[in-house]
Formats: sequence, structure tokens, C-alpha cells
Amino acid sequence: MSVPRFWRKIPQRYNLEGTHCETCGRYFYPPRNLCPECRREGTIVNHTFKGVGKVVTYSVIRTASDQFSALTPYVLAIVELEEGPRLTTQLVCSPEEVTIGMPVKAVFRKIGSEGESGVIYYGTKFAPM
Amino acid sequence: MRDVAVIGIGCTKFGEWWDRSFRNLFVEAGVKAIEDANLAGEQIDAMYVGNMSAGRFIEQEHIGALIADYAGLASEHIPATRVEAACASGGLAFREAVISVASGMSDIVVAAGVEKMTDVDTSLSTDALAGAADREWEGFTGATFPGLYAMIATDYIHRYGLTREQLAQVAVKNHYNGARNPIAQFQKEITLDTVTNSTLVADPLRLFDCSPITDGAAAVVVAPLEVAKKFTDTPIKVLATAQASDTIALHDRRDISTLDASVAAGNRAFQMAGLERKDIDFVEVHDCFTIAEICAIEDLGFCKKGEAGKFTEEGATALGGQIPVNTSGGLKSCGHPVGATGIKQVCETVLQLRGEAGKRQVDGAEIGMTHNVGGTGATVAAHIFGRA
Ligand SMILES: [Zn+2]
Repeated sequence: MSVPRFWRKIPQRYNLEGTHCETCGRYFYPPRNLCPECRREGTIVNHTFKGVGKVVTYSVIRTASDQFSALTPYVLAIVELEEGPRLTTQLVCSPEEVTIGMPVKAVFRKIGSEGESGVIYYGTKFAPM
Repeated sequence: MRDVAVIGIGCTKFGEWWDRSFRNLFVEAGVKAIEDANLAGEQIDAMYVGNMSAGRFIEQEHIGALIADYAGLASEHIPATRVEAACASGGLAFREAVISVASGMSDIVVAAGVEKMTDVDTSLSTDALAGAADREWEGFTGATFPGLYAMIATDYIHRYGLTREQLAQVAVKNHYNGARNPIAQFQKEITLDTVTNSTLVADPLRLFDCSPITDGAAAVVVAPLEVAKKFTDTPIKVLATAQASDTIALHDRRDISTLDASVAAGNRAFQMAGLERKDIDFVEVHDCFTIAEICAIEDLGFCKKGEAGKFTEEGATALGGQIPVNTSGGLKSCGHPVGATGIKQVCETVLQLRGEAGKRQVDGAEIGMTHNVGGTGATVAAHIFGRA
């Protein structure tokens, strides 16, 4: 996995910046620059999400690739933001704590690193509210 | 469009082949398929090769030409094309071969699939397979491939009350079938306890809920139905070829535990074949994880949503049941060399329809189906076959 590609995206990951289609009212995170509903008729503008939502589903990852192996076991989840879109994220909580429907909020965290002494990259995780 | 038939099949044994190379494996499968079809190499008009990630697993790209070359066909200069759609690469390679013959553009076409996955360590293969999902928005967060299917399982269990035993029964059944398949990686029966006591990989999925890391290759030869009898007494007709796509990321799906691409591909296949679910005698579905088979038999319409656990527990999907599922042993017991899987499913279906499946033969099998999934359901290929 190449870090430079992810650096470019980091402002959006830091601030939970997505997009909004003013034509149909849908919100997108991860951001999209083409609305799948309105396609070319859509008017896309940037939107910063409030960062609150709830857990839709989850797992506890026990075997991971190198970048994440130091973090295992960690909780992986799909979170639905209050504005509607869903995203995949790590949860900052113990495996025993997580339930479906649990309210969560965005927090800024280290996401992973390229090996033990490699580059660290940051982004958004979610924590129980 | 012309009718198309499968006239030859070939498959290596699936497993961990540390003493064999990528090209060695696909040449074995290809030669078997060509011999099975009673062909000479120079009669081949084109090749389609399913391969997911040779660039990551063996650091080799340009697979189409490599395969044509080592198949001894460089001097024939045939078109040889690599097809990639993660774990559905093989299914799509087969579909491209069928389309090529149906269109009249080619007559004799080889569809192959190959993957050499054990040359790298588990961490790298985990990372390579995670590329079947959305690297920027799933992989970046630490989502592994088993982790994504585990989130499907969590959602399914929560909504439909699937039990741990019902889920494990999928693996038990597929190992039972695989124990009767000479090409399977694991030719060994297992018990419910084997599954439920195995190591957790991504809760609730355990090691025995997951298909393994595998090396292997498979190849088939397709031809116009009108000439198929010149090559074989038992051509198998392709009654339908269908393909569908969906969002790359699981989190963007309409419903986490319904693969809408499976539903769409299934519906298109049944419509093209002019058949109903009850007409299908057996099906090879994409069981990369036990939960995937549960979803597949519902999404293809063999039982109602939420009932696949009970359906499996009652033996409806076992050999001799209402609709035998994964008579080959599936990805679970055969192994899952990702690019080869979709072609192996076709090989198994052809064996069953020829009545050559030995101890796992479905009595009187006349119509069979295959279902091959890429990623967590972003691509699905579905095919229906019948005796010609
Ligand atoms: Zn719109």
C-alpha cells in the first residue's frame, strides 16, 4: 500500500469532508464528484460532516496485514452518519463494548504505519458516545 | 448469436505448490483441457485468462502473452487477453470466451484461470486480497477481506438469527464433498466442532469459515455448438451467461447481507436460459466464506431470504438434497486460487453433466449453474449449463 496516494486524501480524512448533491439532497462520504442518483444533472458541493452516527455492523479483526498487525485485535465497523452516508472505520473501543446501533462520534487517530519504523498515517476513527 | 458449448476441461490439483511455478500450473491445466477436447493447439483462435493479482503474488504482469507463449502458441500469434475482476476473474474470462464464440468472432476459444498465492507470506496475501475491496476507503482503515465478509455475517446473524452451528454446517458439507474430489486441496471431512473450535480470524468468522490460500489453474475449451460433436460425444451447452456489478465498497450497498449483483446476475441468467429455479439440479456457488454461501443460495432464489441456515441444516444443499450446492467441495474445501475458481466451477459443472463426477455425482443431473463473486459482491458472473 503506497503512502503518497493516501497523503493526497488526508485533508478529507482529517476533517470528515465529503460532498453533497444540491439537486437531490444526498450526502456522500467517501466523497463523490458524480451523483449516482442525478448523474450529470447533479450539483456537487463540498460538505463537512458533524461526525456523529451509529454502528450498522462490525467485526473484530484478529489477523491483519503488516500495517495493522500491531493493532490486533481491533474493531472494524460500518458506521452510518447522521446525514445518511455510511463508511468503514475502526472503532476506538474494546471488542466486548461494541453493539449494533451503538451511537459513535468521529475522533482523530493514527490509522496505521508502514512497518515498525515506517511512515505513520492518520485519519478518522469513531468512539462510543 | 450462435449457441456455444464446452468441449474440454482441465484442472490442476489445488493446493500449496511450492515446487511448481505459475506457468507450470497453467500449462498443465491447459494441456488437459485441449487433450480432453481432442484438439491440436493450432486450432485455437483465442484465449482469455482470469487472473486477479499476479503482480502482487509473483510480481509478474502481462499474463495473457505469458500464457499463450508457454502454451506453445507464440508462433500462432493468437489474441490472448487477461481478464481481472478479483475473485470473479475466472468467471468473467469464461464469459468473454463464450461471447467471442457466440458473436462469430472466434470458433475455438480457451478460457483459463490461474493464481499462485503461496509464494508470499500471509500478511502480503491478506493485503493483496484486500485490494478486491475499496483500497482507499475500506483497506485504508484496516479492513481485511475476511473482515468485510465478517461484517456481512454480523449483520445477517443480527437480522435473521442464523446460528453458529448452521453457519458451520456449510463448511462441514463442503468438506464432505471435497473429500470426494481428487483435485481438492483438503480431501478431508470435518465436524461442526472443527469449525466452531478453530481460531477466530475476524469475529464471528473462524479459520474453518474461510477458504484457504491456494495455488492452482483450470482451463476449458468452448466452441460453437454446431461443431462441438466433431470434438466430443458429450458437449455441454452454455444456456446462459450473465454478469452484474455493484458498489465496490460494502458500506455503500443497499443491504449489507444481500448481494444485489448476485440477484441481478441470477435473474439475468434465468431469463436468458428461459428456466426457473426448480429446473436447476445443482449449483456451484462462491463460498469464499461460509456466510457467502448462505447469502448466495438466497440471492440466487433457491430459498427465501433469511432461511438459508435452516435450509442448509436440513440437508437441502447436501448431495442427495433438494439442490446440491458446491458438489466440488466449493472454495472452502477445493481451495480458492482466486483467478482459477470461476473456471474450476465450470469444470465441476461439466463433469456433473457428463456423469463423470464419481462419488459426488448428482443422480440424473441435466441442468447446472455456476456463481462467481468478485470482492464482497461488486462483480458477479452467473452461468447455466445443460446437456446438449
Ligand atoms: Zn443527486
